[in-house]
Amino acid sequence: MDRMPAWADAILVPLISLILAAALSALVIIGIGEDPIAAVKLMVAGSLGSTYGWGYTLYYATNFIFTGLAVAVAFHARMFNIGGEGQATLGGLGVALACLYIPWPHWSLAILAACGMAALFGAAWAFLPAYLQAKRGSHIVITTIMFNFIAAALLNYVLVNVLRPEGSMDPATARFPDAAKLPTLHELLAPLGIEFSRAAPANVSLVIAILACIFVYLLIWRTKLGYQIRALGHSEPAARYAGISPVKITIIAMLISGGLAGLMAINNVMGEAERLVLNAVEGAGFIGIAVALMGRNHPLGVFFAAILFGFLYQGGAELALWTSIPRELIVVIQALVILFTGALDNMVRMPLERLFLTFRRKGS
Amino acid sequence: MDLLTIVQILDSTLRLATPLLLACLAGLFSERAGIFDIGLEGKMLAAAFFSAAVAYTSGSVWLGLLAGIAASLALSALHGLASITFRGNQLISGVAINFLAAGMTVLIAQDWFSQGGRTPSLFGGGRFEPITLPFADALANVPVLGPIYSELLSGHSILVYVALATVPLTWWILFRTRFGLRLRAVGEAPEAVDTAGVSVVGLRYAAVGICGILCGIAGSYLATGLQAGFVKDMTAGRGYIALAALIFAKWRPWYALGACLLFGLLQAVALRYQNIDLGAFEIPVQFMDALPYILTVVILAGFVGKAIPPRAGGEPYVKER
Repeated sequence: MDRMPAWADAILVPLISLILAAALSALVIIGIGEDPIAAVKLMVAGSLGSTYGWGYTLYYATNFIFTGLAVAVAFHARMFNIGGEGQATLGGLGVALACLYIPWPHWSLAILAACGMAALFGAAWAFLPAYLQAKRGSHIVITTIMFNFIAAALLNYVLVNVLRPEGSMDPATARFPDAAKLPTLHELLAPLGIEFSRAAPANVSLVIAILACIFVYLLIWRTKLGYQIRALGHSEPAARYAGISPVKITIIAMLISGGLAGLMAINNVMGEAERLVLNAVEGAGFIGIAVALMGRNHPLGVFFAAILFGFLYQGGAELALWTSIPRELIVVIQALVILFTGALDNMVRMPLERLFLTFRRKGS
Repeated sequence: MDLLTIVQILDSTLRLATPLLLACLAGLFSERAGIFDIGLEGKMLAAAFFSAAVAYTSGSVWLGLLAGIAASLALSALHGLASITFRGNQLISGVAINFLAAGMTVLIAQDWFSQGGRTPSLFGGGRFEPITLPFADALANVPVLGPIYSELLSGHSILVYVALATVPLTWWILFRTRFGLRLRAVGEAPEAVDTAGVSVVGLRYAAVGICGILCGIAGSYLATGLQAGFVKDMTAGRGYIALAALIFAKWRPWYALGACLLFGLLQAVALRYQNIDLGAFEIPVQFMDALPYILTVVILAGFVGKAIPPRAGGEPYVKER
C-alpha cells in the first residue's frame, strides 16, 4: 500500500489546498493595504448574514453548480471542457427563444421547455468540438476555447441584428412575458412560513440544480453509461478492449457536459435578467472549472464548492461596495483555487503521501 | 480601393500582428519543448500592466519593458513549477495563470493609481516612439514604392522590428543550433533526451523562460507601443488568437509569421470597416471577429492539412528509476 486513505484524498488534500489559497488571498489583501479579517467579516455578513445575502449567494451558487457539473462530467471521461462559457451563452439563446416566441400559460410549463431548449442548445454547441476530438483527434481544449469566442460573436450578432426589439439601442432581447417569470425563493418559501428576502434573485432553478446533482451522481456511478464514461477516462485501450466505443462515449459525455452548462441559462437568463443580454454568463463557465476541481468531480463536492464560490462572489460584491477592494479580488481567489487544487495538486499531495507512509511504517 | 487605403490597412495589420507574432513565437518555444501553454494571454496581460506602470512611474519605457518581461517571467516560473517540477496539468495551470493575471493587474492598478483599474496615459519617454527608417521622408513621393516604404515599413516602434527579427532568429535557434535540436527532441521524445544525458527539466525550464521573455515583450508592446497605457483586460483574447495562429502555423516559425499577419489583417479590416458590403450580401463585423477562431477549428479538423502537435506535448516527464 503506497496510497493515502480515501478520506485524506477526498477531504484533506482539497482542504490544505484551500487553506493555502486563502492564506495567499489574505496576503494579497494585506498587500493592497486592507485588513483581511475585517474583509472576511464583511463578506460573511454581506453574503450569509441575511436572507437577502443568502439569496444572492444561492443565486450565484446555482450557476456554478451547473457549470461545475458540466466540467466534472467531462473530467470523468478525461476531457477538459473549457467551453462552459460558450455552451451557457448558447443555452441562454435557447431559453430566450423558448420564452419569447411561445405564449406559455404557466411558468411550470415554460421552465420545462426552457430547460429542454437550454440543454439542447448547450449540447449542440459542445457537439462539434466533441465530434472533432473523437473522430479527428483535434484537442478539445483548443476547440472549446475557440467555440467560446465564436459563441460570443454569434450572440453579439443575434442580439444586435435579429432579436433586438425595434427602436431599442440596447443589444438585448425584449423582456420575457410575465407568464414565463420563475418564482423566487421568497415565493416558494412563503407558504412554508419562512420569510425570505423579496429582492434576492435566487429562484426555483436552485431546485433544478440540486436535481441535476442527483442526476449526475446516478449517471456516473449507477448506470452503464456512467461506467463506460469512467472506464474511458481511466484507460482508453482498456475501454476499447471491453467493447466500449471511445468515439460514442466521448461524444455522449461532451453532449451531457454541454447540456448541463447550457442549463445554467434558466437561472441567469430566465430567473434573474428575464431577458437575454450580452455577456449574460459573466465568467460562470470558467468558475465551473474551479468548482469541479475543488469538488473532486463529485456532485456533492461540486454542490459545496459552488456554495463556497457563491459566497465568494456575493461577498466580493459587498467588499467592492463598502471598501476600496475591487471585485477582481474574486478572480484572484478563483485563480489561486484553480492553481492549488488543480495544477499544484502534487505539491500538496506528495509530501502528504510521504507523511502517511512514514506513520504507517512506524505503526506496523 | 486606392493604394493609400491598402497601404494604411496593411500598416495597421503590421501593428496588430506584432503582439500576436511575439506571443505565437513564445508559445512555439514552449510547445515545441512539450509544455502546452494556454497562459499566453495572462502573461501578456501582466507584462502590459507592469510595463505601463513602471514606464509611467519612471518615465522610461525601457525600464517598463524590463518590468514587463520580469512580470511575464514570474508567471512562466509559476507555470514551470506547476507543470515541470510538480507534474501538474499544464492546461489547468495555464487557466489559473490567465485568471491570476486578469485579477492581479486590476487589483494592483487600483491600489497604485486609483483610476478604476488602469494606468494613467503614457506620453513622451514613457512610450515607444515610431522610428523613421533612413530615407523614408525622401522617398515618400516616389510612386507606389514610396508610400509602401515610408508608410508601411517605416514609422513603427522598435518592437515591431524586433518581432519581425525574432522570426528568423527562432528558426535559426530551433533548426540550426544544438540547443534547438534538443529543445525539439524534448517535445517529441523526452526519454531519448534523458538517455543522452541531457536534462529534460533544464531544457523545459529554458523553453518556458524564453516563452516568458517573448510574452513580456508582446505585452509591453500592447501597453507602451500600440496603445498608451494599460486598461483592464487589454489583451482581449490576443493570447488565444496567438495560440490559434500557432496551430494554424503547425508549430513552425515562418508559417507563424504568415498566420499572424493573416489574423492581424482580419483585425485591421474589422477595425476599419464595420460591416463589409459585398453587394449581394453583407459580412457582419461579428463574423470578422470570429473568423480567426473559425479558421483554427477548420485547420484543427484537418480539412486543410493536418496539424500534428509535438508528440510529448502536455505530458509531464517522469524519469525512470
